[in-house]
Amino acid sequence: MVAPKFRTIWDIPREEKFAPGHSMCQGCAAALIVRHLMKVVGDAAIVVQATGCVEVTTTTFPQTAWLNPYIHLAFENAGAVASGIEAAIKVLKRKGVIPRDKKIKVVAIVGDGGTFDIGLQSLSGMLERGHDVMYVVYDNEAYMNTGIQRSSATPYGAWTTTTPVGSKWRGEWRPKKDLMGIVLAHRVPYFATANPAYPVDMLEKFRKAFEIEGPTVVHVIAPCPPGWRFASDKTIEVARMATLTGVWVNLEVEYGTPRVTVKVPKRKHVKHYLKLQGRFKHLTEEEIAKIQKMVDEYVESINKWVGEEAIGPVTD
Amino acid sequence: MASRFTGWKNMPIAAIIPWPGSTRENDRSSWRVLKPVIDQEKCVRCRMCWTYCPDGAIVETDKPYTTKSGRRYRITFEIDYRYCKGCGICAAECPVKAIAMVPEEV
Ligand SMILES: Cc1ncc(C[n+]2csc(CCOP(=O)(O)OP(=O)(O)O)c2C)c(N)n1
Ligand code: SF4
Ligand code: SF4
Ligand code: SF4
Ligand SMILES: [Mg+2]
Repeated sequence: MVAPKFRTIWDIPREEKFAPGHSMCQGCAAALIVRHLMKVVGDAAIVVQATGCVEVTTTTFPQTAWLNPYIHLAFENAGAVASGIEAAIKVLKRKGVIPRDKKIKVVAIVGDGGTFDIGLQSLSGMLERGHDVMYVVYDNEAYMNTGIQRSSATPYGAWTTTTPVGSKWRGEWRPKKDLMGIVLAHRVPYFATANPAYPVDMLEKFRKAFEIEGPTVVHVIAPCPPGWRFASDKTIEVARMATLTGVWVNLEVEYGTPRVTVKVPKRKHVKHYLKLQGRFKHLTEEEIAKIQKMVDEYVESINKWVGEEAIGPVTD
Repeated sequence: MASRFTGWKNMPIAAIIPWPGSTRENDRSSWRVLKPVIDQEKCVRCRMCWTYCPDGAIVETDKPYTTKSGRRYRITFEIDYRYCKGCGICAAECPVKAIAMVPEEV
């Protein structure tokens, strides 16, 4: 046991396991996610990180914000490097170089671009071979550190620098890729979605993903003030609204059994989420109605899957 | 930080950084336009600001505090201004509006 169960915010350890003073932007949700993640996994983790915002802002030579063993790798191979390190730990334990009962776990922390796009086959290999790795995706829904280019995690209708808005283009025209579907097709023991606006739920999922043996994946929504075009003090409000509108459902799938962990009996209309962000400000009433329909379908599919009305109807 | 560079022969190979947590040496004060100030009288010690600060710039201490009306607390939340970037999340999320964002002086 690395950390006991998280039931209230008072269960979060006081000690910081990730140094401040890094250069992630004001109000960056990814910074908050990593800060809490490191409190959960503590000293027992080896961090593997593909390039992306968190990497470029925390490892500005000769400084680092990390307190754990950490390796920066290419954009496309987090799954492969994590697999290799995990295999090496196994061998060193077998040879008696590392005590067999010593808890060491590889934790990969990767952006949406490094996961949904360029690192996908590497991730698939890692999941399929069954490595004991915890994989955390912080999803800011675009390639942020290189200047807000779209990724396959960018949601329908969102402006990015490569999905511009004009008379022909209306922002992103493809729906967000179904990462959960891809991960679950590998029959992993644990998959969860999390949201930093619900910290206890998020930390408890980090704990489970770290404890459960085998490849585990936690997909976390990471609102990004400059990329999503909102003021830096609105990060938590935006994140919370994603869940209250059903755009982002907090769920977990433990050994194949799905469960919604944050129920929303009365859902808000998706416009409340879209209106908080400049990346959606061009949307017309019809376009918003189309997005609402997409959310409704998603919510319906989740409710059917978990066998209860975990996310209720739109009431406001 | 500069003292780490004592010539190229002493540089760590492969850009290894053997100084864990060394971003703590940085002072991010200049990033702020607005600065959060906690009113210790109003603060109900709910830990929300501490939980939501992305920069770990709010410190929970065991300093006791008694309000003017006699309410006693065993802990106090303080802002470490070296690391606070002035995002304003703490002020936005404080349930009793105990944090004010005040302009930085130039
Ligand atoms: C093969 C390769 N192509 C392009 C890049 C440049 N690059 C670095 S990070 C990045 C985007 C990262 O996006 P994401 O994974 O979503 O992380 P974020 O920056 O949003 O945190 C790109 C395109 C690279 N490092 N390697
Ligand atoms: S661009 Fe966005 S995700 Fe990247 S550091 Fe800034 S706020 Fe965080
Ligand atoms: S303004 Fe932002 S960085 Fe500063 S203490 Fe508040 S939440 Fe933390
Ligand atoms: S959120 Fe407000 S009331 Fe709660 S601990 Fe922080 S300052 Fe105090
Ligand atoms: Mg990204």
